[in-house]
Amino acid sequence: MAKAEKIKILDCDDNTLMEISKNGLLSLSIAEMRRIQKYFSEIGREPTDLELEMIAQTWSEHCFHKTFKSEIKYTEVLADSIPTTVEIPSLFSLIKAATDTLNKKWCISVFRDNAGIIEFDKSNCICFKVETHNHPSALEPYGGAGTGIGGVIRDILGAGLGAKPILNTDVFCFGPLNISHQEIPEGVFHPKRIFKGVVSGVRDYGNRMGIPTANGAILFDEGYLYNVLVYCGTIGIMPKWAVEKKVKPGHLIVVIGNRTGRDGIHGATFSSASLEKDIPTSVVQIGNPIIEKKVLDALMLARDEKLYSAITDCGAGGLSSAVGELSQDCGAIVHLEKVLLKYPDLKPWEVWISESQERMVLAVPPRNFSRLKEILDSEDVEYACIGNFTSTKKIEIYDEEDLVGNLDLGWIFQKGELPVLEAYFEERKTVPIMPENIDIEEVFLHLISDNVIASKELVVRQYDHEVQAHTVIKPMLGVEGIGPSDAVVLTPLYDSYRGIVVSCGINPWYGMIDPYHMAGCCIDEAMRNIVACGGDPERVSLLDNFCWGNCNDSLELGKLTRCVKGCRDFALEYGAPFISGKDSLNNFFTEQDKTIVSIPGTLLISAISVIKDVRKTMSSDFKSVGNLIYILGETKNELGGSRLFHVLNIEGGCVPKVKPEINLSVMKKLYNAINQGLVRSCHDCSEGGLIITISEMMIGSGYGAEIDIEEIPSDIKDPVAVLFSESQGRFIVEVDESCVDRFEKLFQNLPCACIGRIIPAFHLKVFSGDNQVLSVDGEEIKQKWCGALEW
Amino acid sequence: MVKPIILRTAGTNCDLEIEWACLKAGATPSRVHVSSITSKKVNLLDYDILIIPGGFSYGDDLGAGKVLANEIMLKFGDLIEKFREKERPIIGICNGFQVLVKAKMLPFWNKQTASLVWNDSGRFEDRWVYLRVEKSISPFFRNMPDVVRFPVAHAEGKFILKDGVSLKKLEKNKQIVLRYVDPSGEISSYPYNPNGSISSIAGVCDESGLIVGMMPHPERAVLNVHKPDWLRNNAKDGYYSGFQFLKNVIEYCL
Repeated sequence: MAKAEKIKILDCDDNTLMEISKNGLLSLSIAEMRRIQKYFSEIGREPTDLELEMIAQTWSEHCFHKTFKSEIKYTEVLADSIPTTVEIPSLFSLIKAATDTLNKKWCISVFRDNAGIIEFDKSNCICFKVETHNHPSALEPYGGAGTGIGGVIRDILGAGLGAKPILNTDVFCFGPLNISHQEIPEGVFHPKRIFKGVVSGVRDYGNRMGIPTANGAILFDEGYLYNVLVYCGTIGIMPKWAVEKKVKPGHLIVVIGNRTGRDGIHGATFSSASLEKDIPTSVVQIGNPIIEKKVLDALMLARDEKLYSAITDCGAGGLSSAVGELSQDCGAIVHLEKVLLKYPDLKPWEVWISESQERMVLAVPPRNFSRLKEILDSEDVEYACIGNFTSTKKIEIYDEEDLVGNLDLGWIFQKGELPVLEAYFEERKTVPIMPENIDIEEVFLHLISDNVIASKELVVRQYDHEVQAHTVIKPMLGVEGIGPSDAVVLTPLYDSYRGIVVSCGINPWYGMIDPYHMAGCCIDEAMRNIVACGGDPERVSLLDNFCWGNCNDSLELGKLTRCVKGCRDFALEYGAPFISGKDSLNNFFTEQDKTIVSIPGTLLISAISVIKDVRKTMSSDFKSVGNLIYILGETKNELGGSRLFHVLNIEGGCVPKVKPEINLSVMKKLYNAINQGLVRSCHDCSEGGLIITISEMMIGSGYGAEIDIEEIPSDIKDPVAVLFSESQGRFIVEVDESCVDRFEKLFQNLPCACIGRIIPAFHLKVFSGDNQVLSVDGEEIKQKWCGALEW
Repeated sequence: MVKPIILRTAGTNCDLEIEWACLKAGATPSRVHVSSITSKKVNLLDYDILIIPGGFSYGDDLGAGKVLANEIMLKFGDLIEKFREKERPIIGICNGFQVLVKAKMLPFWNKQTASLVWNDSGRFEDRWVYLRVEKSISPFFRNMPDVVRFPVAHAEGKFILKDGVSLKKLEKNKQIVLRYVDPSGEISSYPYNPNGSISSIAGVCDESGLIVGMMPHPERAVLNVHKPDWLRNNAKDGYYSGFQFLKNVIEYCL
């Protein structure tokens, strides 16, 4: 191994300190560099390169979430009201407050482990984590996305004492696929290349791991041309006894899985900065799913024999982060020369912070080590014991005889003086003008083939969505298996019909107008998707994943703050706690002329509900000719951020605003109706409005529909607005005539109306009283919807 | 008690669901890592049925199933030969089928007459297919409807044969066990034939009928709620045809 070097910082002025930070790709601010300088002058020596790297990694935005932990002075200027300024202890405290207030008994371990853990049944827990892998996927789409999914799977393996992964979810935001090559900025890949690379990366990693990928979303917008977003989620199941981990002094530090190489060096610090042209691709990790599968197989055996007392994954920051976190409350001695390497001559700091994939770190009581070795050998998994935990509250790192790192754990993990951040949000009211004489049929056919709305079958089919044989409501359903599903339903245990329902909600276009209401809409959508499939709205847990632009800009931070406020308020209103979350900030690109291009602030809400019996779930395809079509929820003039406005190129307008009280009442009644067997099919209304919902239900069945929009509960008359409004809290429900009385009785005093009937001809007919508003052949709808997305 | 051995290795994925289905069918299955056989900790001949499940054994590097096929034949081919001589069933599903074909165990013993290659679509695809249960010499397809539905989930599932003579021989010997068809039971094109297999072949057996390989996954069609359309016909309780297949194999050994 090459030798560690001393870096001279004690006598440096601010300029030189910043040069050291910049040249070393450390992404440390001047305040942080001064703090480091002070620490080392107090202990009277210069730091080593390894120590500086470890500090930079630990304090990186990616690992330390400085923005979410900082105090914020937030000024809000809403139209028609006086500006207010409040001091917020931190964004994270807002999210956590909702969970604490709701205090749900099913929340077993939230916001502290590698994943949120909730109760499944008497003896098992479910854990759920969603991560992002945006920067790597922009630079190397296939490898970046693959290691994204590989990384979040390891989060589940490292939650508690490890859970068995049973589901992967994925949500992608790409630039428009049809953009011409001339319009692609320098240093950026064409969205098509990123799209194919990302999908292939997730496919090849997830499929090889034997984990079904069965829920997600794909969005397209010009705002993601520079910075693609790749969200990867994993759900696992674990016995209740495996929830807690405990590191004790004397336990061995055992690294298992892949060897350590130079790949992914500076991943943590690099994802805390903006993207630019000519970033070295060595920052992107290289994945090998088969190694991870071997690790998974071996870990499940070792866990059940209780051979280790704590575990965590090597993710961002590599061994530095994993060993650092595990030893936080005790201490550790590490011998870097014992780490298995892919090739010789790595520098000590490279070994320490490399983000080589498929590695887990275990705390192993010495008496168990020989049995653990037997299992690892029989599963063909490589391992190395690289040191042991101590009670010194220090991390001491040796390279052979050389002490190359010796840091006080209390100091390195202490929240430093974080500056108070300024955030500013100003609501802008716009009154968009709708063009006259809109050709409804033309707009409808345009929308149904809009890539955001159109079928994602092309992608979904490339994922194995039923390996493990748990998947009961699959992503593609109906007569021909081409109808879309709102959520996925799984039975995590063989021999039991108890299940989970998993969904998501995302809509950056609402956020461009008002991030607060975007949060409400995303939560409502995720909840709707759960309920449409028969999930229980009173047993929902949420995950928040924020991807934001340049948060050094008080306007961007203002939008983020307003969004987080929305998350808190609506989580409370819906009674759905957050159990885990992650922020990925600095999703912006610095052009050569130094212009900064931020992504649209994007919130992904993932939701999970536990249900008693999966045989009482529901699908979206129409079931029988002659059955009645109902709409639940009110349709309002809410077209701001809608797909209609996108197609018509109209900016601004009123975004949908959720009415939690009514919407939640509707959801509870619908859950009840599905449980009683009063519902034959159900689909939520989201992007594109109710007419898209009905079309999708037709495609799943091969039957047609005839509806009268005058029957729709609404205060608007314009058929265009009624058909394409994206008001939240709405469902289209199919009811058999024999169940009508019982169904309608359930929804007394709630917005609920029969609007039409299922017809045998595969045709969509829309009337407004006696006038025909729209009449389209089902085959045309199907071809446009199914064939839009191209590989 | 019938004892199936479910052989697994790095990249095996479908072993747990097969284990469960075998248990439900009254057998006492064991999931055994290939290293336990090569190290002689476990004797293959102590078991009644050999099942090679789906997955991506060794990442499908060098072609799907190829590395495991070589490992089996080179490290314990003699045991396999004895297993076969004792007329014990050998079942390969998906990656297991790829292994059996590449180990020259299917469709004719010790002859490479067939292969499983990349789907015509050029991509991995997961979809439920309609399968016609052919009149074959295999005893494992009794008490099943004429047309069943199992899912396929593979990238390299296109069954090809060396020549037309081999196809004639397979047909004459009644070695074709499953064919991809449309809902009415007729041979059809994509997506009903999901990968472009010759003569729409989804599964074959050897000349004894006891070695069977198929691309579709019966172990994912064990319960009625596994079917993608269970809500359309309201058959939510009980077992489906994938279970019947595994039960047939187990009952054959009683």
